[in-house]
Amino acid sequence: MKASNALWKDVLSGRMPPHLAREIDVFETEIVLRKQGKIDERVFGETRLRRGVYGQRYDNGQRHDGKRIRQLAYPNGALTKGPHTIWDAPGMQRIKIPFGGITPEQLEVIAELAEEYSTGVAHVTTRQDFQLHFVHLENTPALMRRLAAVGITTREACGNTVRNVTGCPLAGVCRTEAFDVTPYAKALAYFLLGHPDTQEFGRKFKISFSGCRDAACALAHMHDIGFIAVVRQEAGRTKRGFEVLVGGGLGTVPQQAKCFSEFIPEEELLPVAQAICRVFARHGEKKNRNTARLKFLVTKLGIDAFGRLVAEERAILTPDPRWTAFLGEIPREGDNPPETCPLTEVRRRFSEGFEAWSRTNVYAQRQKGYAAVTVALPLGDITAAQLRKLADMARRYSRETLRTTMEQNLVMRWVKEADLEAVYDELKAVGLGEAGAGTITDIVACPGTDTCKLGISSSRGLAAELRRQIAAYNYCADQAVRNLHIKVSGCFNSCGHHHLADLGFYGVSRSKGSYAAPHFQVLIGGRWRGNGGAYGLAIGAVPAKRIPRVVERFVARYARERNEGETFESFITRIGKAECKRMIEDLTDIPDYAVEPSLFSDWGDPREFTLGDRSTGEGAGLLVSRFEFRMAACDREAFEAQLQLERGEVDAAARTAYLAMLGGAAALLEQIGVTVERENAAALAEAFRSRFYDTKLFWDPFAQGKFGQYLFQAHAEVDEPKSADRVRRLIEEAQLFLEACHSCHARMQAAASA
Amino acid sequence: MNDSRIEHCTLKILTMQHGEVDLSAAVALFHRWIQEDVRPELLIDVVDYLHVVDGPGVILVGHEADYSLDVSNGRLGLQYSRKAPLGVDLPKQLRQAYASALRAAARFEAEPEFVGKLAFDAGAIDLIINDRLLAPNTAATLEVVGPVAKGFFRERLGVEITAKLLSDDPRERFGLSLRAATPIPVREALHRLNEDAS
Repeated sequence: MKASNALWKDVLSGRMPPHLAREIDVFETEIVLRKQGKIDERVFGETRLRRGVYGQRYDNGQRHDGKRIRQLAYPNGALTKGPHTIWDAPGMQRIKIPFGGITPEQLEVIAELAEEYSTGVAHVTTRQDFQLHFVHLENTPALMRRLAAVGITTREACGNTVRNVTGCPLAGVCRTEAFDVTPYAKALAYFLLGHPDTQEFGRKFKISFSGCRDAACALAHMHDIGFIAVVRQEAGRTKRGFEVLVGGGLGTVPQQAKCFSEFIPEEELLPVAQAICRVFARHGEKKNRNTARLKFLVTKLGIDAFGRLVAEERAILTPDPRWTAFLGEIPREGDNPPETCPLTEVRRRFSEGFEAWSRTNVYAQRQKGYAAVTVALPLGDITAAQLRKLADMARRYSRETLRTTMEQNLVMRWVKEADLEAVYDELKAVGLGEAGAGTITDIVACPGTDTCKLGISSSRGLAAELRRQIAAYNYCADQAVRNLHIKVSGCFNSCGHHHLADLGFYGVSRSKGSYAAPHFQVLIGGRWRGNGGAYGLAIGAVPAKRIPRVVERFVARYARERNEGETFESFITRIGKAECKRMIEDLTDIPDYAVEPSLFSDWGDPREFTLGDRSTGEGAGLLVSRFEFRMAACDREAFEAQLQLERGEVDAAARTAYLAMLGGAAALLEQIGVTVERENAAALAEAFRSRFYDTKLFWDPFAQGKFGQYLFQAHAEVDEPKSADRVRRLIEEAQLFLEACHSCHARMQAAASA
Repeated sequence: MNDSRIEHCTLKILTMQHGEVDLSAAVALFHRWIQEDVRPELLIDVVDYLHVVDGPGVILVGHEADYSLDVSNGRLGLQYSRKAPLGVDLPKQLRQAYASALRAAARFEAEPEFVGKLAFDAGAIDLIINDRLLAPNTAATLEVVGPVAKGFFRERLGVEITAKLLSDDPRERFGLSLRAATPIPVREALHRLNEDAS
């Protein structure tokens, strides 16, 4: 697309690391070959993903414009860049930023790329990456070369690979960390990049580094491997190492990571990670991507057996000098005197807003006289002009180092306290002086339906609306309320980390009559601190347009009724999930389209909700009502299972969740005229398999048959004893199965009306 | 350097005056433009960036070009950004971009959300060449593009045009601020260009 694409290779010759230059040349050739039909679309699709070149919404060449589905007539017609992915359809370029560390020069290049290949805006993700949207595939080699020239690779930013290694943005300046994890994160990120032992994964693999156990840090509990810095005294000397957590993850079946080792010494970091990767590559699921993450392998084997396999693998690894080469360059305690800023008189001019900003956006570093400044980015977005300004400021104020954060912000470190007000003034001048970093207004949201092909509801639209409304709440002056976290995902895949929020939301849809309405499932009581120490539980789906009322109710009640020092999580536990559900019950019912049509479009998107194709016929309408009635009962049962589990009634909870799934299957079967009630569970499961699963009628376009398998698995193990952990997952699976029933029903309606 | 290499003109027609305008209304408007196929380009989707300060505003993303109600640099305007190369000389590219931007601006002014609230000045134009390799922000580019752009608008609009660099920062894209001495209504400019508003 860009007229200059062919020129960048020569212009940047000699400025790119040779191995990166070679990789990009290869990718460019693959693009040519695919265009000529000489590479299979599936192979090219994975190749593309492994270079961070991702698909984007409507890249199947279709888009509902609010009235009808339109075919997008691209110049290269039906040529694809992957299965069901049209060549010319704009895509997303993900740019890996290991541990979020970025230089001014790199920021400037990302600014250039945002302007020339994208929309002029770069987006910071919850994995500390940058993303550019609406990028044409044929521009990506030039884009990659420009990144490579400043030391950035997009390799393995997507696909079944080791994704961006994340790290605490305060590493090195934190007051409570055991030690600076930065050099370790960097060493591991580049050690595993392109490593032969990481090329045969069945699914993606995520690693994080935290300096503390109790802070949020890098959310170790939700990672395939979470490393937490630990020091020990051995023979009178301080020994550095890591607590290692494995098998965590969010997504459809969230799971807290399990402790693999309380301490591995620093020299074992790389080989142990390598051994874990080898075990994952060898024993992880390959055929069914829905059970292919490490968390499923750890659950299947058990942590002890998994640990034994890793130990066996570690024992036979061929020693690699890279395992310890980086350790010699890491400064040790006592190498340098403690760094402090020379005393300078701090002259306060009291810029308007400075005090409020400094309360929430400034962190006093361990190094006396210095501060880390969080630059709050609305929805994780930053313009090219703002990126250049930050690059200038990083050179002037922060030793040229910045970090992206998993909260979708940027952190400037090493700012002299004497410079804080000047920094604020300069940020404010370019629209980056917003206070409230890490507070209730600093809402995390994945791209959702704006650009993601998996999105169901508009996470960014909701987040923008919540930001606007919450800013007007009087009780934001209440510090406990101000410190609440809200996170929004556009679907169950959890890119917005909704499980880890006090108030989390993920997108779902619901039908009413012949229309569909965007909804969000409400999760409450997750824990962001403690490295993502607890996951919130779903209490019900509410129309997207009513979510601000959900937030208002919970926040107001917490502000009004909490005990002294009581966290939101504790408050929710005290009032009970049943009461929480009752608080939103009146918001869950949706009236007919004619009564409140606004509920049938999403935040920031005036189009009628995409799944809302009209159906015709009175009979269909009656059937729909019956379906909704039955599904409401199933949803209620899934919730009751949660309450039973909380009360320690593990077996009862398992039974209730299973019955809820059977109920969903029965409701769907009734839609096609097959009546099998759940008392006859075996026949019901079989009828569901033959009518909905084998026919793929139930298959989700992206998750495919995964949700159906949840039913079959629950049925197969119905009489087996289960741990509380398994029942918790069973309940999650029941909820997802029921969501899939709702979606399947909506698709059936759409097909009927077409 | 000569102008035959240059591609990817971005042209922003600034507003003449405006009162209290809800720019977010452009989101629904652009969705409607997709429904009604009002532009010749393949229109794909709408993106709302009004939450970022001095950003691209609301963008109607297309395949060959984007349209946007742009607020970058603190200046509100209707922007046309050419993405697909045209393979013609710079004056022809300027004519194509200017005519496209003018037609979109004329339509914008007539839309119910903005009628009477927003008017564009066809004689207040920011031109950016959206390719740093083909057109770096240097004196050499100014020497090539400046006279061509100034001459094009002077000839087409029939008035004197002043031209100055939008920024002297070499990191920025090459850009020119092109201004007529007095405001020119969009429909008048279309008339002078021998273009209709559709």
